[in-house]
Amino acid sequence: MSETPKGWRPGAAKKERIDALAATVSDAGAIDEKPGVSLIASAWKRLRRDRIFLIGLTITVIFVLVAIFANVIAPHDPTKPIPELISKVRRQTNPIPGPEPGFPLGSDDRGRDLLSRLIVGSRQTLIVCVFATIFSLAGGMILGTLAGAVGGWVDSLVMRIVDILLSIPSLLLAFSVAAMAAKPSQWTVIIAISIAYLPVFARLLRGSMLAQRHSDHVLAARALGVKEGAVVFRHMLPNAIGPVIVQATLVLATAVIDAAALSFLGLGNPNDRQPEWGQMLGKAQEYLADYPHMAFYPAACIIVVAFGFTLMGESLREALDPKTRR
Amino acid sequence: MTTRAYAANTRAGEPLLTVRDLSVTFLRQGEKPFTAVDGVSFDVRPGQTVGLVGESGSGKSVTSLAIMGLLPARGNQVTGTAKFDGTDLLALDNNAMRDRRGRDLGMIFQDPLSSLNPVVPIGIQVTEVLERHKGMSRKAAMPKAREMLDKVGIPDPDRRLKDYPQQLSGGMRQRALIAMALACEPRLLIADEPTTALDVTIQAQILQLLKDLVRDSGTALIMITHDLGVVAGLCDEVNVMYGGRIVERGLRHDLFAAPRHPYTHGLLGSIPRLDGARGEPLHPIPGSVADNLPWAHACAFAPRCSQPLPVCREVTPDFVEDGPNALRCHNPVGQPLRDQEVSS
Repeated sequence: MSETPKGWRPGAAKKERIDALAATVSDAGAIDEKPGVSLIASAWKRLRRDRIFLIGLTITVIFVLVAIFANVIAPHDPTKPIPELISKVRRQTNPIPGPEPGFPLGSDDRGRDLLSRLIVGSRQTLIVCVFATIFSLAGGMILGTLAGAVGGWVDSLVMRIVDILLSIPSLLLAFSVAAMAAKPSQWTVIIAISIAYLPVFARLLRGSMLAQRHSDHVLAARALGVKEGAVVFRHMLPNAIGPVIVQATLVLATAVIDAAALSFLGLGNPNDRQPEWGQMLGKAQEYLADYPHMAFYPAACIIVVAFGFTLMGESLREALDPKTRR
Repeated sequence: MTTRAYAANTRAGEPLLTVRDLSVTFLRQGEKPFTAVDGVSFDVRPGQTVGLVGESGSGKSVTSLAIMGLLPARGNQVTGTAKFDGTDLLALDNNAMRDRRGRDLGMIFQDPLSSLNPVVPIGIQVTEVLERHKGMSRKAAMPKAREMLDKVGIPDPDRRLKDYPQQLSGGMRQRALIAMALACEPRLLIADEPTTALDVTIQAQILQLLKDLVRDSGTALIMITHDLGVVAGLCDEVNVMYGGRIVERGLRHDLFAAPRHPYTHGLLGSIPRLDGARGEPLHPIPGSVADNLPWAHACAFAPRCSQPLPVCREVTPDFVEDGPNALRCHNPVGQPLRDQEVSS
């Protein structure tokens, strides 16, 4: 890139990574597969045999199922203190009971079943990471398509704004946006994370759209008189979207972590009747010295789910990128 | 085809495309502008095949892209005229030109795989042209697309309609591209090195296909190539380009029998011969286009020429036309005495 400076600039490393990823798409057409399969079908064929992808997929599927059926699965009401646990709290000097029969993970600080709270908490995490990814993907795709397809001053304007956003670390950007909200709720978290990752998608898509714009098949389509709209949406976008899809899976993982971080710092949904892993982690902090298990469980959940998404995203990238194919 | 038949073919009728003084200059940021095509003129008549021959960088592809209006507007300056059936293509605006491309003008590219959209089945890519220019629905266009694939010799067209480009062999991909270019029966077809990426047997098939299609439909064909074998097999008239200008023009037989420009002579001489003695060295043209002199006050080819004169480095040679033949050279092959005439 001509505008990439020699010295260090904020976000330079991030931009380089995005551009390198965008560059992989120009070779996508070079896949020379055996007859009988489309590009997507051949990627799926490779993924099916990829153990790492299958681990990621399993974790993700379990997480999604738990989140959807949380109310059915949860053994107790996560919002109400359980009398049996409360009675324990009163009797002992130990205010927070550990594992008890019927309550395998014990209680939280208010006598509510920790396991049920974890299970129901997955729902918040799923909602936040899915919506945040969809919003940032949608916004980033609109901006990236606009910049990549129109070019000229539109491209310059959009990309300068994107570059400014990219120069701010994503988590810091998300904090700033969330902190601006008058009343924190799960939606402020979603919007904050969306804005933080939108520029990544925009720059990624713009880069791969540019590669497509100069590709032979786009020239060939133009030579057939195909209209500009059809050139962009039928010939450029579908070929440019691969790295964006991969990035979306990876953003799902970081969105889980970022959402937890925001809640942990009190920028998320303050209503503890809607449990959330980051929020639980924040609460557990107060009892960390005496009851580390309270922090361990939500942290483990966050890590495992983020890990699942990352495994899936990385294998997807390998499957779709002809250069790293094994 | 006999000599008489093709000569008649060449002269017959009004030109379909008349290119005059076509120049293309790349305006490069922070660098000197570079003139890739420099005052090129030629005619193409219906049913005629005109070759544009030259090595890489001679401006032949840029010429075709300029005629098709496919050069990006930014950073390129195109001057001259390209009258197609009375309309100057270079003066048309983007929308009008887009309506013509695919309908009146078709183009085939060098690399058949990268010229097809990898994520769209072949059938949809062929029907797209028909939908665009003939206003057909996709459903109505499908049988026509099938017919086109059949016509260009793709076996089992019903199955191929649903296939993706990477499922086709190289030759079939090029056939599919030809089917797309010819779907709306354009009157002019530009083929930009259509056989370069194919192996020799497939090359011959594709050339035969083009030949048949041109003969059957009366389409005019501009054949862009660096392969003189292709020219010999296909073209009625040949334009040899060097450094952005046409240096020699001739009917196929004249040009092959008696090349007059040292560059043409060199191109023909650099083809290895089967009947030559074993161990006979190849005869490449020395140097590269990087050695070119500016046309403005010299012959660009002079540094690589086998028989340069002092005048070649000082005066631009004129383009002297003589019937169907034309030449831009101070010292043509077979006329060594010119040396004294010029210097006296």
